[in-house]
Parts: sequence; C-alpha cells; structure tokens
Amino acid sequence: MKANYGYKDGSGEYYITIDSDLCTGCGSCVTACPAEVFTVVADEFSLDDEQVAIVAEAQRNKLKYACAPCKPVGERSPLPCVAACRPGAIEHSW
Amino acid sequence: MITAGIDCGAYNTKVVLYRDGKVLARAGVRSGFDPPAAAERALEQALQQAKIGRQALTTVITTGAGRKSVPFADDNVTAVTADARAVHELAPEVKTILDIGAEEGRSIQCTEGGRVADFAMNEKCAAGAGTFVETMARTLEVPLEEMGPLSLQSEKATAMNAQCAVFAESEVVSLIHQGTQIKDICRAVHDAMADRCVAMARRSGIVPQVALIGGVGYNVGFVSSLQRELALEVLVPEHPEYVTALGAALLGADHLNS
Amino acid sequence: MSNATQTAVQAQPQQEFWRWKEYNWHDPHLDWQAATTISCGIDVGSVSTQAVVLADGRLYAFASRRTGNNSPGSAQKALDWALEETGLTLGKIHFTVGTGYGRVNIPFADKAITEIACHARGANFIYGPSVRTLLDMGGQDCKAIRCDERGKVQNFLMNDKCAAGTGRGMEVFADLLQVPIESVGEMSFQVEVEPPPVSSTCVVFGKSEALGLLRSGWSKEKVLASYCRAMAKRVVELLARIGVEPQFAITGGISKNIGIVRRIEDELGVEALEPQGDYDPQIAGALGAALFAKALVERQRRQGATA
Repeated sequence: MKANYGYKDGSGEYYITIDSDLCTGCGSCVTACPAEVFTVVADEFSLDDEQVAIVAEAQRNKLKYACAPCKPVGERSPLPCVAACRPGAIEHSW
Repeated sequence: MITAGIDCGAYNTKVVLYRDGKVLARAGVRSGFDPPAAAERALEQALQQAKIGRQALTTVITTGAGRKSVPFADDNVTAVTADARAVHELAPEVKTILDIGAEEGRSIQCTEGGRVADFAMNEKCAAGAGTFVETMARTLEVPLEEMGPLSLQSEKATAMNAQCAVFAESEVVSLIHQGTQIKDICRAVHDAMADRCVAMARRSGIVPQVALIGGVGYNVGFVSSLQRELALEVLVPEHPEYVTALGAALLGADHLNS
Repeated sequence: MSNATQTAVQAQPQQEFWRWKEYNWHDPHLDWQAATTISCGIDVGSVSTQAVVLADGRLYAFASRRTGNNSPGSAQKALDWALEETGLTLGKIHFTVGTGYGRVNIPFADKAITEIACHARGANFIYGPSVRTLLDMGGQDCKAIRCDERGKVQNFLMNDKCAAGTGRGMEVFADLLQVPIESVGEMSFQVEVEPPPVSSTCVVFGKSEALGLLRSGWSKEKVLASYCRAMAKRVVELLARIGVEPQFAITGGISKNIGIVRRIEDELGVEALEPQGDYDPQIAGALGAALFAKALVERQRRQGATA
C-alpha cells in the first residue's frame, strides 16, 4: 500500500509517500530525520500488527516547513530520510 | 532627478518619490479590485505631498504582484530585487531579508554587495502572510493594531495546531471557549506565523543581520515572536511597508545614472 | 478585507451549514439472538458519529448523530440509539472497533482502526466489490482512497490541513453569499455559460476574489458556479496523486452537493456509483469498522480452536 501523508494547499503539494509493502519497519528514517517527521508503529491497515514507518500525526500538516531545512533553494544533497531507507520506500512529492 | 517607485501589492499600493538620496513623499492606498487605478491614486497623493507635478518625474518603476498592470510605468522590477536594493541602501549590514506582506511572504539572502543570492516564497496560502493575523484579529474581535501590543503582554506560549487560516479561526474560537486569555491567543497567533516564516527563511538561509520589512513589520507582537523563534535580533527599518517601493525608485535612479 | 466581507461574515457568525440528518434504524426481520457473531463499528467524526451493528455480517442496526463536544459520550449515545428497542445490549456484542478522528476515545471499543481502512472496507460492502476509487469529502477533510476487490487499501491520501476542498470551504462561500448550503448545488447550475473557476486555491484569498467578481457584476449563481468548478478541479488534482480507476464513488457531506459532484464527474469523465440497496454512504466508516470487528472475532475463535 502507498500511504500519502501531507497536503496540498494554495502554495503547492507536499506529500511524503511511504510504500508499506516495501517498508520493513527498521526505523532508519526515524534516526535519519532531523525534524522527527517519522515514527514506526504497528500497521493500522493490517490486522497483523506488523511494524511500519508513518509520518507522525503532528507533522503531517506542516511538512512544507518541517522538511524545509533539508530542502534548500540552491544545491541539494540527497534527503537524509530517502538516503537512509534501504528498500526505497520513501518518496517526496516536492 | 526624481524617480517614483510603485509597489502594487495585493492589498495596498504604495508609492515612494525619491531624489538624490532623499525620500520626498510616501503614499499608500488600498489596491481594491482595480490595481492600475490604485497606482494612479497613490501616485497623485504622493505628488501632492511633494508639491510637484507629474512632469517633474523622470521615471516611474513598478514592482509587486500587480507590477505589469500599470500602463503609465516606464519599467518594472520584481519585489525580490527591489527589496534587496532598498535594504542595502538603508542598512548595508543586512544579509537576510524577510518581507511579509498581506498575501505573500518572501525571504531573501543577500550578498555583501546587496545582490540577491537566494530567495524563497510563501504565496497563495493565507497561513503564511499578514492576512493570517488579520483574519485572527477579526475572529478575536480585536482591532488589528492592538494585536501586537496585546501579544507583548503575554508571558505564556500557547500551541496553535491549525495550519490554515480558516481552520485556525475555529481553533481560536475554541481557545476563547476554553478560557484562554486574549493576550495569550494573540501571542499564539504571532508565534505560529513566526514559526512558518522562519521555516521559509531556512530554505534560503538565515545569516545575521536579519531585517523584517513589509506591512507586518509594524506589528510589534510579530517582531517579538520572530526574534524569539530566530533567537536573533531583527532590524525593522522605518516605514517597513514602503521599503519595496523605495527599492523600485532607487533602481530607477541607478538605471538613469548608469 | 473589505467592509462588505466583514458584514457578511458577522451577519451569520456561527451558522452551521453541514447539518447531518440524525436517525436510527434496525432490521425487524433479523433475529440477533440467532447470530453467532455480533460485531459493532463506531465512527466518531469531527461533525457526526455513526454506530453500526452487524449480525453475522449482515447489517442489523445503525444510528447517526452529531458528535457534539464530548466524543466518548457521543459514541455511547450513538450505540444506545442504534440498539433502541432491539433488546440487544453492549454486553452481547462480541467485538467493537472504533474509527474516525475520535477513535482513541471510545471507552468500550476493543480496538481502534484508521478511518481510511474502514471507509474502504465499508464502501466495498455498500457499492460492491467493483469499487476501486473512493472520494470522501467531509466537513473538515478530504480523503481519496484506492482499494482492491476485497476493500483493502492500496493507495490513499488525506487532506485536513487546508480548508479548500472541504465542506468548510464551501461553508465560507455560502456564508459570504448568504445562500443556504442545500441550495448551492442547484443555484450553481443557473448560469447560461459555465464561468472559469475562481483562481485562488486558498479559501481566504478566494473570498476576496469572489467579492471582486460580485462587484464587477457577477450574479451569486455565477460566483457559486465558479467556486464549485474550482473545488471540483482541486479535488480532481488530489485524485491524480492516487490515480482514478473505475468504479468510482463519492461519500461524505459534499456528496450531497450536486454542484460539486456533477462537476467532478465532468472533470474526470467518470460517473460516480450509486449505492446498492438503501445504504447511506455516510455509514461507510462505521460499517467497515464493524466488518473488521467481525473478522477479528472470527480470527480469535480460530486461534482459540487451534491452541
């Protein structure tokens, strides 16, 4: 399943997509992110309670701001969360 | 040589008349729904203040959102360029400019020479601009100009979660119902705005000295929240709302002198 | 903001436009005492709360009422109302799943499950297994869900950050134009030519834009048509992120506004499904929760049998 966390407002579209079929729940993104955007929980979409990364509730409506320090206007290095995710389960829409 | 700079903002239209290192007049009117007419009226007011006629103007430069809609302008420049030019003139030590207007917010990082190195914008969403504070003032039934002073009286941070001006109205109403003091809500409104503006500025980089311009610069509550959020002193030039128009007038003069 | 807006806003400061119909229902032909599994789902939304009771997976009873400001209380009240005159009591229910924004606050629920999963499961029951794309437009949020033939979520997004594209955005416009919300859909079609959409996404800026249009001589109908079109376009942009695959269904408060629904269909080139039978799409979340509850009871029994 692809879970799109974030929003679209007048200024643009700010979504982080986590593919729960790829995510192993390892938590690398949680440690890599300087803004505490990610958290690992029991998958609410399955009755099996597997561990999966999600975007923390408190951050979902301000991703544009939370992710801003990792997305400078000029030269960009790879995003720490994306770089840390070995299965490649994380994508940013902007 | 007299040059006119007109900042055609979404909310107010501002005019600055400039000659040889001096501002001759400043005038502002509501932009309303006819920006060219607003530019015309603002310019007339400024000319009357300066007691000069239209023919005394060497050049008219427009800037801001409606800069391309003024038929009598000689040329136009982006607000980012105008901001950097004017702030460099007023305070050359400034490296980071925050320009927060009614409907738009910008952050600009300048080079030593006052040129634009990077900029970031908050636009098309009321949560990132002065309209946010105005909408909350109306919900609180507090005159806009009292929001700042009231906010300074607060000693307590209160969280505001809504990231949308419309949803924030409901949040303010529930804070009132919960008995939160008006001054604390005012501070919460400014803190929330400052938080978003600083996050925007981080994209273009924050290097001291930081300056705040635009209409929100008059709001002492916002300035205080911004300084707290940045943990830096913020310089607010005199007449912050007219800085962009001044920049346009200065660029007009630069062009004629070159 | 101009004085005209202020007057319009102040004239009806707290009017509630998204009034949900409150009602309860149970199937008198079904005997719950004969059922092996009685499961319950409660959906506590920000505006309304629904309780659904299933007897062996068949819809037995439900109730829908306003949430009010006490969400644990409203869950209990909704369930009590659903069970009224049935002789069935909470103690006889094998498993209860809570969902919706207030799901963690339901004292008698055995488990909480996200409303996205419950909506998909419930819609699968209401519209049949052919439904693939769901759009749920509520008073304060907008959800888009893609699901498979079993009602399992494959892709979703939710937007509760921005008022544009939610019932709240429509309410602001109805307020501004002083038009009752139920009339918005019909009125928006009373134009000779469909006007271009309002250009601002932001509701606050859109409001100023609408005032400008009114001042330039546009009728209220024309402004409404323009805003309904803008909202439909915005929703279609949201749907593009997850992709629309027929069959397609719209639930939530805005599904009752034909001004939006017809324009979404027009933008997508896809018609929205009609529910099967007499199910109210509003109970989709609670119904899905009750179906999950049934699956959980059955699994517990299986595990108990093998242990």
